[in-house]
Amino acid sequence: MKAYQYLIVFTLGVLSFTSCSKNEGPAPDQQLTGNLQLKFDHIVGDKKLQLGSGEYTNTAGELFTVDLLKYYVSNVKISTADGRTYTVPQEESYFLIDASVTESQFVNIEVPEGDYTQLTFLLGVDSLRSTMPVEDRTGVLDPAGDHNGGGMYWSWNSGYIFFKMEGQSPAVDLEGDPTGQHRYRYHIGGFGGYDAPTLNNIKTVSLDLSRAGTANVRQELSSNVHLFIDLAKVFNGSTTVSLAENPTVMFGDYSAFIANNYQAMFSHDHTHNFEPLNGTHE
Amino acid sequence: MAHMNSRRTGRPFAVLCLVLACAVACNKAADVAPDWFGGFKKPANFPEPVYDLNANPINQAGFELGRKLFHDPLLSRNNTISCASCHIQSSAFTHHGHDVSHGIDDKLGTRNAPPIMNLAWSKNFFWDGGVFHLDMLAIAPIENPVEMDESLMNVLAKLRQHTQYPRLFEKAFGSPEISTANFLKALSQFMLMAVSSNAKYDKVMRGEGHTAFTADEQAGYAVYQQHCAGCHAEPLFTDQSFRDNGLGPNPINDQGRYMITLNDTDSYKFKVPSLRNLKYTAPYMHDGRLLTLAAVIAHYRREVRDTPNLDPLLRNPDGSRGIVLSETEKTDLLAFLQTLNDEKFVTDPFLGVGN
Ligand code: HEC
Ligand code: HEC
Repeated sequence: MKAYQYLIVFTLGVLSFTSCSKNEGPAPDQQLTGNLQLKFDHIVGDKKLQLGSGEYTNTAGELFTVDLLKYYVSNVKISTADGRTYTVPQEESYFLIDASVTESQFVNIEVPEGDYTQLTFLLGVDSLRSTMPVEDRTGVLDPAGDHNGGGMYWSWNSGYIFFKMEGQSPAVDLEGDPTGQHRYRYHIGGFGGYDAPTLNNIKTVSLDLSRAGTANVRQELSSNVHLFIDLAKVFNGSTTVSLAENPTVMFGDYSAFIANNYQAMFSHDHTHNFEPLNGTHE
Repeated sequence: MAHMNSRRTGRPFAVLCLVLACAVACNKAADVAPDWFGGFKKPANFPEPVYDLNANPINQAGFELGRKLFHDPLLSRNNTISCASCHIQSSAFTHHGHDVSHGIDDKLGTRNAPPIMNLAWSKNFFWDGGVFHLDMLAIAPIENPVEMDESLMNVLAKLRQHTQYPRLFEKAFGSPEISTANFLKALSQFMLMAVSSNAKYDKVMRGEGHTAFTADEQAGYAVYQQHCAGCHAEPLFTDQSFRDNGLGPNPINDQGRYMITLNDTDSYKFKVPSLRNLKYTAPYMHDGRLLTLAAVIAHYRREVRDTPNLDPLLRNPDGSRGIVLSETEKTDLLAFLQTLNDEKFVTDPFLGVGN
């Protein structure tokens, strides 16, 4: 008898514990909305990114620093396990992540309640928006730059720079950087061309959230999805990129190799569900 | 200005001055008359414009604001260079006397400034077509370190602090807020109004008055139609395609259209420029390497290089290259080209500094 009672209590406890972590509160109501927060946390291999000061080694064995990192994340979509997809309205779906601006690394979006297992976005700016009239290019898409500064628009070859990473490396010699500052500069863009097809470096990133934590979005609460962005991947993927050989990559064929590499730099680390709103929780 | 100076001189000048002043005053009076500003009008012999004028309706205040901005050195880092520094009206808005443009701190660019002319019909801009909308164009010269070397953000900040501009933006766009879009659209309004359509050629085509080609001009027109129109098509005198006319690479190896498409078949191709107003736009070609029209004709007759992407129109069935012209054909052609010069365009005070 006693053992039986203990078992019930134990089972109940486990059940309630499970339900607690999996699904607190009522089932999602699609009429209601809650907050989804994406946190972009930059790392290099197994080190946290220290902008400007941290030193890292790439696969080619070259030492490098990162003192500028900006990229566009756009056209965000989330899906539930049963295949329901929510697409963030186009006009609200452009984000400029800047490693030097903390607020930019927390993207907050209002989405219908749901248990989301899939996150999809573009790294870059879609071709439609890249060719829209100037009055439709406000906020982070303003060619004059937003309050965080500009520098993400190519004026001589109309289009946005999707990904910009700069820093120093002793591997960059005088030929690579005639100013003698050993700088590497990767400015990657190319939306496919307006009237003639050309480079298309727009990349789709799709992340399975179910393994490291489904995003349970509920009204008046925030589901905080913590992403790791591993900059080591920029140099290491289908192409091993050497800073000595390619210190400056901008609008040119080689940029496609770098874009292919960095498409894989995103991973989902964990999710914190049912957090208070307006937090910038880890 | 002109009449103030002459007032200090002798009597004959004073009389002349009165006449001039009267002419000026008459002009001025016409200026302030309610329908002085006719807005954008498509010339009868031109096709429909490419620019969507409904998306940026041109009004007098917007045009005048654009004209002021175009002439204002505030748009450059050290307030020394305006758009008009390189796009001079008397040179059909090109940079007269410069093969490649000459910008801030006397820095040199790599290309010859093309005219600001008939841009409402342009599908894309620059010698390589890198910019595909006029509204996006001004960002390039403003931010180019060898042109104006300023950031667009800072230009807007300077305009917002200015004593006049907020009011002028309000007049033009109904709001004193100086946004990127309104700034760029005002500049476009001015540039769109720079229509050159009053050359003798246009009058002949429109059957205006009793204007007719002389025999030489008529013969030259035929030469043009046979040898040049394949690329420099009427009535804009460009088909806006990108082609290699056999100049061969220049010392800085400017690869033209290739830099935009990264397509090998585009290397050393440049946009076909218009043949209008050649009288005012020397030197010629994307890097201003040819100083005279005689040199241009000599190029087509004898100096076309065998480049990988040389346009097929410049290869002859017998394997030779270039355009075969007799001396008479050459003279006639030059006579016809003169009929494309539009004096009104380069002198019209409407497109000048304004007030
Ligand atoms: C330092 C000289 C310089 C200044 C200042 C300058 N430009 Fe230009 N402009 C050029 C040159 C050179 C080109 C050709 C560039 C190319 O094709 O790559 C050009 C091209 C253009 C064109 C393209 C015309 C066509 O048919 O493709 C436009 C329009 C234009 N400029 C407008 C402006 C405006 C507006 C400003 C002021 C905001 C300005 N420019 C300031 C030198 C200048
Ligand atoms: C195969 C196409 C083609 C043909 C045919 C052709 N042109 Fe050109 N033309 C061009 C191109 C392309 C350029 C610009 C080249 C550059 O700057 O690299 C040009 C430039 C010019 C320019 C310089 C204009 C400026 O503003 O710099 C003149 C003048 C000119 N051509 C006259 C002629 C005449 C006259 C003929 C006929 C005898 C002719 N062209 C035939 C393609 C052509």
